[in-house]
Amino acid sequence: MATTKAAEQPTRRDFLYIATSVVGAVGAAAAAWPLINQMNPDASVLALSSTEVDLSPIVEGQILTVKWRGKPVFISHRTKKEIDEARAVKLSDLPDPQPDEARVKKDKEQWLVVIGICTHLGCVPLGHEGDYAGWFCPCHGSQYDTSGRIRKGPAPANLEVPPYEFASDTMIRIG
Amino acid sequence: MAGHGTFQPKNPILKWLERRLPVLSLMHDSFVVYPVPRNLNYWWTFGGILSFMLAVQIVTGVVLAMHYTPTSSGAFDSVEHIMRDVNYGWLLRYIHANGASLFFLAAYIHIFRGLYYGSYKEPREVLWILGVIIFVLMMATAFMGYVLPWGQMSFWAATVITNLFSAIPGFGRAITQWLWGGYAVDQPTLQRFFSLHYLLPFMIAGVVVLHLWALHHVGQGNPLGIDVKSDRDTVPFTPYATAKDNFALICFVILLAWFVFYIPNFLGIPPDNYIPANPLQTPPHIVPEWYFLPFYAILRAIPNKLLGVVALFGSILVLFFLPWLDTSKVRSARFRPLYRQFFWVFVAVCIGLDYLGSKPAEGGYVIVARVLTAYYFLYFLVILPALGYLETPRPLPASISEPVLPEKSAAAVAMGARAPERKG
Repeated sequence: MATTKAAEQPTRRDFLYIATSVVGAVGAAAAAWPLINQMNPDASVLALSSTEVDLSPIVEGQILTVKWRGKPVFISHRTKKEIDEARAVKLSDLPDPQPDEARVKKDKEQWLVVIGICTHLGCVPLGHEGDYAGWFCPCHGSQYDTSGRIRKGPAPANLEVPPYEFASDTMIRIG
Repeated sequence: MAGHGTFQPKNPILKWLERRLPVLSLMHDSFVVYPVPRNLNYWWTFGGILSFMLAVQIVTGVVLAMHYTPTSSGAFDSVEHIMRDVNYGWLLRYIHANGASLFFLAAYIHIFRGLYYGSYKEPREVLWILGVIIFVLMMATAFMGYVLPWGQMSFWAATVITNLFSAIPGFGRAITQWLWGGYAVDQPTLQRFFSLHYLLPFMIAGVVVLHLWALHHVGQGNPLGIDVKSDRDTVPFTPYATAKDNFALICFVILLAWFVFYIPNFLGIPPDNYIPANPLQTPPHIVPEWYFLPFYAILRAIPNKLLGVVALFGSILVLFFLPWLDTSKVRSARFRPLYRQFFWVFVAVCIGLDYLGSKPAEGGYVIVARVLTAYYFLYFLVILPALGYLETPRPLPASISEPVLPEKSAAAVAMGARAPERKG
């Protein structure tokens, strides 16, 4: 055994305290993770992540609402006037600048597909309403244009475009 | 808590218990001989009322849970089943729903009492902070309970409130999906809210015990805001405080009964919540319960999403810092002529925000809401810190008993312990 002189810093005991605390903290974090992660979307929820929609019954000027991942998705069959209005806007006038072309598929610009959830606090906006004849959110007054872009009100972002593709000319697959 | 009484049970069984667990003397010291300031007014009876309301909510809630189904397909129907089929189910549900509303009414009176009489000042800072924690837990509990009937208002309240967290930069979406257990409010959300709605009241009860512990450790405040200086300033809890608390409680329960039996849907249940939840359609006007409206008005007064959410949470968090924001050493507003005026303006502002929260967010309503929101924050962050330096308080009395007890009989009263004051 070493002689009993004044302990040098750090001592073996300090090292043991620190090492034990660290192991304990890592263990507690590892034990907490399953308790936290169980709240994330589970396998059955993730499995329902794609929906097919037939576009043929939607007439020009009509907005269809379908459900995808428990949320409403608006499929708007836009008129020529609505498309022109959406494309006439200067990008600098938009709170969340994005050209209409980037929000629709090429050569399918009559079809606008957006998630029908107001980007403010999650209400479902009403179609063909508001100052821009796009959508109007009844909860806190956000207004969207015919491209689903935010124009006025508290919402910070445009209506989100979900991932989708045309399976055929009259069929889209969302998700 | 201990140390006031010398309780000795006579009964041999109680003596046996007392030697092993001194719970009887703890109760005796806390609720019988515990000295309370002799000048407490009826604003001090709301602590007792709140304890009673917590018990009512837990008892009615536990029995309602025996009949309720926490599934998105079964919840709405099970609530109607409670209302129509379960014996006295209508009574239990209406007591629970209206009880929640009146619980908040009592809590707000209790909080404003604390503001008026400076109950948060040294040495009661921790007592106050524990109270604010209880308030936050109450809000979470009430919100989750409101979701359980799974009507339109339930669903959209859940959607709007959980979406507040989507304002957090970077992690917003991950956090909301974690809260929902999916991509929108749905079955997993309902089920976890039910679990937490059952848990939180017991956490509240735990914090209430700490709140009472802190209260009995530092002693109650009083309308004069001066410290207890001698036995002459106090009376024993029983019979004085118990009688006063019970009288106030009976009046309060009469008020609750009036709501439950005559206008059960007035405070708590809007017609939209008798429509089953529909994720594809938002009701035209989403209005929270009256007790959340001031905070909702603050949220909507600010045109930016993130800042609106920050203001909403800030309006509650600022209460935690109140003991250090108020720089005046004088507790009671009775002796603070300027503070008293700002306080009553603040009360009016809170009532005004409550009204504006129920109105659509447009035009003049938004402008007024912005002015009132500005006052709400200025009150805490500018007015209270500045008043401590600018205001000249009125002179404080020498003691609680001085204005009410004749000086001559001081010795007699002190010796006669806490006999009622002599006439004349």
